[in-house]
Amino acid sequence: MSAPLTAPSVAVETDERAARTAYERPTGWLSPTNKRRWANFKANRRGYWSLWIFMVLFVLSLFAEFIANDKPIIASYKGEILFPVAVDYPDSKFGGFLAVTEYRDPFIRDEIEANGWMIWPPIRYSYGSVNSDIPHSAPTAPFWMMDEAQRCSAYPLKAEDPGCVIGNMNWLGTDDAARDVMARVIYGFRISVLFGLVLTILSALIGVTAGAVQGYFGGWTDLLMQRFIEIWSSMPVLYILLIIAAILPPGFWVLLGIMLLFSWVSFVGVVRAEFLRARNFEYVSAARALGVGNATIMYRHLLPNAMVAMLTFLPFILSGSITTLTSLDFLGFGLPPGSPSLGELIAQGKENLQAPWLGLTAFFTISIMLSLLIFVGEATRDAFDPRKTFQ
Amino acid sequence: MSAPTAAPVGSSSGPGDETILSVRDLSVAFRQGGNTQLAVDRISFDIARGETLALVGESGSGKSVSALSVLRLLPYPAASHPSGQVLFKGHDMLSVPEDAIRRVRGNDITMIFQEPMTSLNPLQSVERQISEVLHLHQEISQTDARAKVLDLMTQVGIREPEKRLASYPHELSGGQRQRVMIAMALANRPELLIADEPTTALDVTVQAQILELLGDLKRHHGMAMLFITHDLGIVRKFADRVCVMTGGKIVESGPTSEIFKNPQHAYTRHLLAAEPKGRPPRANPEAPVVMRGEDIRVWFPVKKGFMRKTVDHIKAVDGVSLTLKAGQTLGVVGESGSGKTTLGLALMRLIRSKGEIHFDGQALHDRTFKTMRPLRSAMQVVFQDPYGSLSPRMSVSDIVGEGLAIHAPHLTSQDRDRRVAEALVEVGLDASTRWRYPHEFSGGQRQRIAIARAMVLKPRFVMLDEPTSALDMSVQAQVVDLLRDLQSRHELAYLFISHDLKVVRALANDVIVMRAGKVVEQGSAEQIFDHPGTDYTRALMAAAFNLATAPVGAVSD
Repeated sequence: MSAPLTAPSVAVETDERAARTAYERPTGWLSPTNKRRWANFKANRRGYWSLWIFMVLFVLSLFAEFIANDKPIIASYKGEILFPVAVDYPDSKFGGFLAVTEYRDPFIRDEIEANGWMIWPPIRYSYGSVNSDIPHSAPTAPFWMMDEAQRCSAYPLKAEDPGCVIGNMNWLGTDDAARDVMARVIYGFRISVLFGLVLTILSALIGVTAGAVQGYFGGWTDLLMQRFIEIWSSMPVLYILLIIAAILPPGFWVLLGIMLLFSWVSFVGVVRAEFLRARNFEYVSAARALGVGNATIMYRHLLPNAMVAMLTFLPFILSGSITTLTSLDFLGFGLPPGSPSLGELIAQGKENLQAPWLGLTAFFTISIMLSLLIFVGEATRDAFDPRKTFQ
Repeated sequence: MSAPTAAPVGSSSGPGDETILSVRDLSVAFRQGGNTQLAVDRISFDIARGETLALVGESGSGKSVSALSVLRLLPYPAASHPSGQVLFKGHDMLSVPEDAIRRVRGNDITMIFQEPMTSLNPLQSVERQISEVLHLHQEISQTDARAKVLDLMTQVGIREPEKRLASYPHELSGGQRQRVMIAMALANRPELLIADEPTTALDVTVQAQILELLGDLKRHHGMAMLFITHDLGIVRKFADRVCVMTGGKIVESGPTSEIFKNPQHAYTRHLLAAEPKGRPPRANPEAPVVMRGEDIRVWFPVKKGFMRKTVDHIKAVDGVSLTLKAGQTLGVVGESGSGKTTLGLALMRLIRSKGEIHFDGQALHDRTFKTMRPLRSAMQVVFQDPYGSLSPRMSVSDIVGEGLAIHAPHLTSQDRDRRVAEALVEVGLDASTRWRYPHEFSGGQRQRIAIARAMVLKPRFVMLDEPTSALDMSVQAQVVDLLRDLQSRHELAYLFISHDLKVVRALANDVIVMRAGKVVEQGSAEQIFDHPGTDYTRALMAAAFNLATAPVGAVSD
């Protein structure tokens, strides 16, 4: 350099903090701000534990086929290793004549046991499998509410029957179609959470885009879209859902699409507000003066501001989506009949007051799931709260 | 008004004999995460009745924190006092119970803050805010309170106070807001007034008026004042005694005249030497014209009625013409609201305007935002607030390199990185700091980053929008030196916008004086500074160089 620069070494510029930190490119994947947020999140013990419990439950439910299934995980038959949980073997392979192998059938069971072995999941029922050996008419109580003689009374050999083992017991009883409630809860939990997650992510994508465009461009764009959203969100969502559900065959994706029509709106407000506020920041003007394009400015400079508001909302929207799906199922306009659904379980509980395990199971499953999500949401809110810096 | 309380010393002639505030060994520590940081380290000072003590230091020196501790206004329990006492008339403010200190706050000791916009409640009228202080500490009827409020407003120099009673803070100018703050602070006849940089956010002309008002009031009421500032010019004119603070410690204290005449500590000497100095290099009359504007107008329509008919215009810039040559600086000065920044934004085509703009021989006035983009690399901006102008979530490397990615897309990432590093070195920063985030830098360093962002594109024209007014005095001088150095090295043309004439004097070859969107005076810097032609220019200069006020009407209040 030709001319001597002003001495930046003068101790006046308070860069002692700078001197203390290392100058290398930071390596950790969390920036200091995010580290602080994670520490704040962890400081909320209830939320932190809720996140762990929820994650464990969710990951377990993703492997529901290995926990509750009417097919063995691995079987050995005549020296051949089979994976019935993943592969459909024809019934004829085991000397039967049905199209689909019914592994719970005593005939197939005895045939395989005689020529090899089977490893069953801990619960030998899938969400649709019917327990044909219930001691009295469905719904039946959880097995621990009955003595051994009673719970095995329907099997041909009573208590000595090879079918009367713990894997065939109904931990939470059966519903009115003699299906295992425990298996249905596991699958129902999975489908609820997946539905909620997909819906939330898609709504976030649409809502954030719409809010960003409105907030950034403002003016007529903002005015027209705001009026549209006002009209759109004043429509009676539940009635429209019922009408559409009556026309289209209801299924996971149809329901998702219908609910997506209305759920994206909830994100628009916060994102729009953040963009309206931040578009006049000097660093946005500076980027504009550099010639940066609109899309890049929105993505690189403004979106990070809006992310905080959006992430804070996310767990609450998630639990809201789950509740909506459950209530539709309860009303009978939800997932197709036979699907594992918590809403349908509540409906059964309402119909069968003499079988309190149905209603109680549904109640505890849903309330625990939603409570966990709300606690996680509270901790997230704490984590992003800038005023929590000094604690 | 009732008769003023009998004060032993009524003027600023010297310290009184009765100490009313005595700070002993005061420390303040902040706890964040697991670490504790000492912000103030065992300071001691005394204030006598009727005396003005100035606490001088740069940002981060702990002066505001010390002042807030006097009234226990820090965010406890994050803040704590490991040692010390604050004795006000013999009572330790740090240990008295909460309701006792509430009786002191706003009554015996009052405060004025730096930012008059945020320290007034935007939802309450002026009358309510002033009378609230009265009702809190006195038994007073509504009518008496109103009379008292009017009296206070007259005292602090608000014209036509009856009309202003129902006004809300946003309807007042910055200076008037600060006057309202002062009226609130004076309402209960405090014995000690703590003023925390009360004029830093104001225009120089308004600053002079407010300082004069504070001086008058102090003489009248004989109250003591703890004055916190970074501006030594104010201290020299205003304070009886000075404490110089740096790094949480008081390094030197004594009577003002002595400190200025015979500074002992190296830091004090450094502060005294740190004023933007020097003159711009001589202008070369043959230099090519970089920027030329003809009759530039920026009018904002005022729309009224159901059909949103345009009934009037706010003329932010009204017919300004200018020429700017390579390697030279054009200073644009004026009060806030005079249209300086708008003019700059219009020249950069960041705002819609009428009139011809020629840059480097090319016409800009009919280009759209998109067709402007190729030219953007040659014209850059440095903004006022180094805290707002850097995206907090991007690393320095990304911030400085952003323009390169657009204007030099053919560069490999190594080349780009090298250019970024060079730019940082050129503005006097360590190139290895480029992986860090803006919040890890001080104000001066951030402004250097903002300058590096402009310089990395090798521009020909740079608009500098008050680049020094948010910085500490000594850092201002460094930034001015840096700008002058960069200019001579790269033949840059500067449009330098400022209300601070000291800095303009140090940089500008030519000066435009603006008021209400119009040019009041235009000419070479020597001509304007040595022979100002209008009262307005003279008022600006008196305020900037001598902290003196102008006759009523020359400038706004």
